[in-house]
Amino acid sequence: MRLLPLIASAIVTTALVFTLNIQLKIGNAKAPRLGYFLSPQHGFWKNAEKIDANFDASIVANELQGNVDVYVDDRLVPHIYADHDQDAYFVQGYLHAKFRLWQMDFETRVASGRLSEIAGADKLPIDRMFRRLGMVYGAEKTEVNINETNPNMKATVDAYTAGVNAYIKQLDPADLPFEFKLMNYAPEDWTPKKTYLFLMFMSYDLTGRSASVDLQMTNTRDYLGYDLFDKLYTNQQDSLDPIIPKGTVYEKPSIVPVKPMNADSAYLHKPNSLAFNTVDMPEAPDKNNGSNNWAVAGSKTKSGRPILCSDPHLGLNLPSLWYEMQITTPTHSTYGASFPGSPAVIIGFNDSLAWGVTNAGRDVFDYYEIKFKDTTENEYWFNGAWKATTKRKEVIKVKDSLDVVEEIAMTHWGPTMFDAHYQNTQSNGRNLAVQWTAHNTSTGVETFYLLNRAKNYDDYLHAISLWTCPGQNFVLATKSGDIAIKQQGSFVARWERQGDFIMPGEDTSFQWQGIIPTNENPMIKNPERGFVSSANQKSTDASYPYYLGAASAFPLYRGISVNMHLNNMFQITAEDMQSLQTDNYNVFAATARPALMKYIQVDKLSSDAKRMVNEMTNWDLYNNVNAKGITCFKIIWDSVEQAVWGDELSGSTIPLLKPDAYVLLDQMLNDTNWSIADDIRTKDKVEDLKTQVTLGVEKATEKLLALEKENKLEWALFKATRVLHLTKTPALSRMNLPIGGGVNIINATTENHGPSWRMVVHLTDEIEAYGLYPGGQSGNPGSPYYDTFVNYWAEGKYYRLLFLPKEKLKQSERTKWHMQFQKSNS
Amino acid sequence: MKFIISILLSGLLTYAVGIYGDLPWWSFVITNLIIAIALPIKPAQAFVAGALGVGSLWAGLAFGIDMSNNHILSTKVAQILPMGGSYLLLIFATASIGALLGGLASLTGSFVRAHKS
Repeated sequence: MRLLPLIASAIVTTALVFTLNIQLKIGNAKAPRLGYFLSPQHGFWKNAEKIDANFDASIVANELQGNVDVYVDDRLVPHIYADHDQDAYFVQGYLHAKFRLWQMDFETRVASGRLSEIAGADKLPIDRMFRRLGMVYGAEKTEVNINETNPNMKATVDAYTAGVNAYIKQLDPADLPFEFKLMNYAPEDWTPKKTYLFLMFMSYDLTGRSASVDLQMTNTRDYLGYDLFDKLYTNQQDSLDPIIPKGTVYEKPSIVPVKPMNADSAYLHKPNSLAFNTVDMPEAPDKNNGSNNWAVAGSKTKSGRPILCSDPHLGLNLPSLWYEMQITTPTHSTYGASFPGSPAVIIGFNDSLAWGVTNAGRDVFDYYEIKFKDTTENEYWFNGAWKATTKRKEVIKVKDSLDVVEEIAMTHWGPTMFDAHYQNTQSNGRNLAVQWTAHNTSTGVETFYLLNRAKNYDDYLHAISLWTCPGQNFVLATKSGDIAIKQQGSFVARWERQGDFIMPGEDTSFQWQGIIPTNENPMIKNPERGFVSSANQKSTDASYPYYLGAASAFPLYRGISVNMHLNNMFQITAEDMQSLQTDNYNVFAATARPALMKYIQVDKLSSDAKRMVNEMTNWDLYNNVNAKGITCFKIIWDSVEQAVWGDELSGSTIPLLKPDAYVLLDQMLNDTNWSIADDIRTKDKVEDLKTQVTLGVEKATEKLLALEKENKLEWALFKATRVLHLTKTPALSRMNLPIGGGVNIINATTENHGPSWRMVVHLTDEIEAYGLYPGGQSGNPGSPYYDTFVNYWAEGKYYRLLFLPKEKLKQSERTKWHMQFQKSNS
Repeated sequence: MKFIISILLSGLLTYAVGIYGDLPWWSFVITNLIIAIALPIKPAQAFVAGALGVGSLWAGLAFGIDMSNNHILSTKVAQILPMGGSYLLLIFATASIGALLGGLASLTGSFVRAHKS
C-alpha cells in the first residue's frame, strides 16, 4: 500500500536532485548548480583555503630533465631554482596553473572568441568581433612560424605547456578553481596556441584602439569636414616633451613614404556620401593603456648606480594580469612580473640589468575599404581587376544553442572585419578589411626569453630588435652604468595622416610602403641629462622623418611631469623613485587652472559657482585622496569643453571622437578669439571663450552641488577606484579604494585603470628592488593571498623584493615553503 | 537504536562517497536510499535520520572549513548568492539543502520496505 508514497517521494527526490543540479536562471545571470556548488566536498567550500595553509609540496614529473627546487616566500612568491632552462619553464607553467588556472583559461577564451561556449549567446558580439579581427588567425600564424623556424622557442613554449598540463592532469575535480564551479565548466588542456592567443590579446589591448578610433575619426571628419576636423583634432602638440629630447638630429630615412596624388580628394576630404554608422565595439581598449618608465644614471643617484622604474598602466583586475616570480638556472637569474599564460619574466631584472616597458601608441592597425563583386564576397576589386578572396571559417560554439559560423573573406590586406554579415542596424554595407601588424607572426616570447638572460646593452638591443607588436618603449639600466630607451616594434613608414582614417582599398596607392628598419626606431643611450623616460607621449619631435600617428593617441602631460621631476632631482635614492612613481601632482591643472581663471568672469557667477571656483583655486594641485579641488577642477574643465565644442559635435547621431584637452588648452593659452568658441546653434550672437567658460562653470556647479549632497566631492570618493574581478562580480572585486592620482598624473590611477605593477630597481652590486601589483599571488578568491597587496598598493607602499641565490634564499627568514619537483620517485 | 545507526551511517557514507571527486555530488542520495532500505524504520523517522545525517555532516564540514578560512570565501559567496554577506546564513543554506535531500532520499527508501511488508 506504500507504492503511491514511494513513487511520490521518489519523484520529489529526483526532481530536487535535478533542480539542484542545473544552472537556474536568476535575472540575466545563470546561478551555479546549487547542490554541487554548496556541497562541502565538491563545491565552493573546497576553495576556502586555510589561512595558515601549508604550500610545501613534492611533485613528480617525467617531463623534467632534472630536479627543481621552488622556495616560496611569505608573500607567496615562488623562487624557482632549476638545473635546466626548460625545467624552469615547466615549473613556471605548473605554478601559473596552480595559482591562476581559471584566469588563463578565461583570458584566452576572450582572445579567441570563445566566451559564448561557456556563457551563452549573450557573448556572441564579443566573440564575433575577436574572430573577425583575426585574433585566432594571427595566433595560428605565429604558432606555425615558431614551429618551423624557432626550435628553441618551440621547446620553451612546449615545456611551459607541459607544466600547465601536468598541473591540470593531477587536479581533482573537487579542487577546480572557484570560478569554474561558479560558471559551471571545466578547464581544458593548455596548448602553445593559447600562449600565442594570450600575446595576441596583449597586442589588441595595446594597439587595437585603432579598431574603434579609425572609424570614429572617419565619422568625425565626415561630419565636420576635414578643415574643422583638423583644427579640433590637430596633430600639433605645443607643449610636447618627447621621449627622445627635442632637437635630436635624425639620420636620413631609408624609406620616404609618398602621399598618393589623389589623397586630398580621395582620402582626406572624402565627401560624406556614405554616412557610415559605427558598430559599437563591445570591447574597445582603454585609451589610458599606457605606462611610465624611466631610468636615472649613476650621475644623478646617491649611490652612483642607476635606478630603473617601470609601472605599466592597464585595466585593474583580480586575479591580476601579473604574477611575481624568480627564475634561476645556470644560464640566468631573473626576477619580476610574469604573465600567467606565457613563459619567462615580462618586466623585471636579472643579476646584470633591469628593463621595463611602456606602450609606444604607434598606429599599426588600418582599415581598407573593399569593393566586393557580389554578396558571395568571392572576389574584390583591386588594381583594375577582380581578385579572389579566400574564406576562413570560424565556428563559435554557443552554450545551450546552435553553433554560429563566421565566414570571413580574407583579402590580401587581411580579414574583412565589417561586411553585410557584420554591421550594426543602420549600416549601409561598407566593407572594411583590417591590416594589422599583429597578424604578421610574432616571436615576442623570444624577446623576453633573451631579456631574461641579457648581460649588457648589446644583449638588450639584440633581444628587443626581435620585437614586432605591440610597439613598446623598452627602458634599460645596467649594473655597469648604462641607461637607454628604445621604441621598438614593427612600425609602418607612413605619410602624414596615413591610416588615421579608413583608406581606399581598391588599388595599391594607399598601401603601406614599408616597415621602418629597426635601427631607425627612436632610441637614446646615456644622454647628457642623466635620465631616459617615457610616458606614452610622442617619441620624437617633428624632425623625426616618419609620421607617428594621430596625436590623440599620445597623452602629453604625464611625460611632462616625469621629465620635470627628473630634471630637478639629484642624489636620488630608491625611496625618491617610489615617491615619484606614486606622485599625484597634476601638471595639466597647473597650466589649465590659470588659463581657466583668465576666462572666468567671476563677477557674473552665482554664489555657489564662486564657492566651487574658490575650492578649485585653493587646491594645492595634487590629486590626493581627500582633495576636493581636483573634483571641482575636473568637472569644471569637462563642462567647459562641452560648452566649447559640444555644439559642433551635438548634431551627430553617430558617436564622434572627443577632441583632446590640449587642443582647448593650447587655444586658451594662445588665442582668445578662437572661432570654435562660438556656439553655432545661436545664430544671432557670437560667443567668445569668456562667455563659454563662464557658462561651463555654471553648468559644472550644478553637478558639483549634486556631488556635494552625496558626499562625493573628495577625489577618491568621486573617482571610486576599483580592482575588478574578471567576471566583474563586485563581491570578488575590491571597490572604492582610497587612492589618489588620475589621468595626466604619474600615479595614473583612474576608476578601473592604473599602475598594474610598480617596480623600482636600484642596480647596486646586490640588487635592491621594490615592487608590487594591486592583487595577490593566488587567483583563488578563497585564499588570504587573493588580494594581499591591494591596500599597500593604494597607500603607495612597496615590498622589498627577495632576489637571492639559492643557498641564501633557503635560509632567509622570509622563506616559508619548499616545493620539490623531481623527475622520478627515486 | 536503528534510528541512531541510520543517522550515523548516513553521515558516514555521505562523507565516504564525497571523498571521490569524480562521483556526482548527489551520491549520498543513493547511499541514504540504501540505508533506509537495509534498516527499515518508520518513514517519518527515516526522513529525520537522513536529514540529520547529511545535514549535520554538511553543517559541520562547512563550519569547520569556514572557521579555518576566517570566512574569507563564505562572505564573498554570501554576496553572490545573495545572502547579505552572512556566512552563517550560507552555512545554514548548505546544511538545509543537504538535509532536505538526504531526508527525502531516506524517506523514499523507507517506503520501499514499508511497501513490501
